[in-house]
Amino acid sequence: MLKLFRYGFAELSSISQLSRCLSIGACSRAFTSQARRDPSETDEATAAINEGERLNLESDSTRTNSNADPHQNPYKNEMEETFAPFRFVYPEFLPDPTIKWRNRVREKLERMDMLKRRSNIDIPEFYVGSILSVTLSDRNAPGKTNTFVGICIQREGTAMRSMFTLRNVVDGHGVEITFDLYNPTILNITCLRLEKRLDENLRYLRDAPPEYSTFPFDMVPELRNPDAPVPINTLKVKLNPKPWHAKWQLWDLKGVEDFSHELESREWRKLNTWKFSEGYETAKYDLMKTYRSTIPAEEQTEIYSEVHQQLAKLTASLRKQKRKRTFVKPQKTV
Amino acid sequence: MSALKQGIASPLRLFTKTSPLMPLVIRNFHASSCLCRLQLLSRVRCVDNSAIGKQAMAEGKPPKIIHVYNKKRRATIGDKVLMTVKGEMKKGIIVGVKEHQKHGIPRSDTNNVVLIDDNGTPLGTRINAPIPMILRGIMKEKTIAKGADYTKILSIASRFV
Repeated sequence: MLKLFRYGFAELSSISQLSRCLSIGACSRAFTSQARRDPSETDEATAAINEGERLNLESDSTRTNSNADPHQNPYKNEMEETFAPFRFVYPEFLPDPTIKWRNRVREKLERMDMLKRRSNIDIPEFYVGSILSVTLSDRNAPGKTNTFVGICIQREGTAMRSMFTLRNVVDGHGVEITFDLYNPTILNITCLRLEKRLDENLRYLRDAPPEYSTFPFDMVPELRNPDAPVPINTLKVKLNPKPWHAKWQLWDLKGVEDFSHELESREWRKLNTWKFSEGYETAKYDLMKTYRSTIPAEEQTEIYSEVHQQLAKLTASLRKQKRKRTFVKPQKTV
Repeated sequence: MSALKQGIASPLRLFTKTSPLMPLVIRNFHASSCLCRLQLLSRVRCVDNSAIGKQAMAEGKPPKIIHVYNKKRRATIGDKVLMTVKGEMKKGIIVGVKEHQKHGIPRSDTNNVVLIDDNGTPLGTRINAPIPMILRGIMKEKTIAKGADYTKILSIASRFV
């Protein structure tokens, strides 16, 4: 029962700390040892924390405790603040919150596998709305490799099963390809334009005019300051007239122009009924709903404190490789 | 038994096309989400420039599948299907599907088909839609020596993804 209360509600902070001590013995030991080591960190760890600081994304549900309990671990808040942005940058390291699918050992093994794969391939930071180029090893292709460019419309799955979908309009025909993020047939992933959109997924682009999802295959990666925050594209997409692939009125879409003139009175009635029955207004106060659909902040901190050192090392080495100019032998021109 | 059957069937009769209540009960909802499967009587889009295919698409009567040449009776990329096109029976190869696909296989917004004859020779001379790269492998596997040669549709494709 104590475990019900998530960390993040200030008045419950001591209870949540107690519950943490009770519920996760071994992991919390690892967590505290990490915290004790905190002041005398290695360079890599400092680099990782800097990495975390530069990603100043708002952490809405991971609210940190401002009026801290004097008996609490003094490093805890600092740690949680540091690792708060990681869940946006590396969302696939967090397990699926469904309780019957949780398995700590499997999750740990999967994280190790993911780090191993990340040491072989540079998986860049990207979000729904970013434009990516993926090169795939394909035995059917003439040069044994196949490249696809498109806008990321969806990210789904966790850990080794995480997937992302790219969409593009080729010769006037919409094409979508779903890639497994950790599939070994992927040779290269490049982020051509790093930006976010207003919605969690952009599946509504299937019902939008093609110009919203048309990107040239020879697109050049845009230069950006690596320390700058990720820009949010507030583009409002104008949907095609109905029929649509899905009932977009039920999705509370932010990045879509007003389509209320498309809806009939029957659909308005249904929409209002649906909003009422789904608890549309009250969902944000539903503690159990939040509990079932999120990973607690303290558990996130454990996970990321486990992997952040290796991630920072990988990021640093891959950045160094990028900075190195590839030597191109000058060719003789007649 | 027959009475029981009738008892079950009679309320359903209200929803048949011949029922007088049909204008009142228009069933424009689905109980389950759409799987976008290609099966018998599915409409597909002809994407080559064959005269009959273009005409059928222009008239708003796209080809309708009446047989799928495999044991599952569900068509996917690379399957041969029999269709009615403007009242004629034509064979075709599915070159793009709406269905969810596995890693690296493209999913298109429409179900695309290319018309062929019995020998695998395409009726048109050009395919306007992007073709999945996996079709190259599938078509080569399906081609039998001294039988139908399906690789000809790969040579008229304009673009692979």
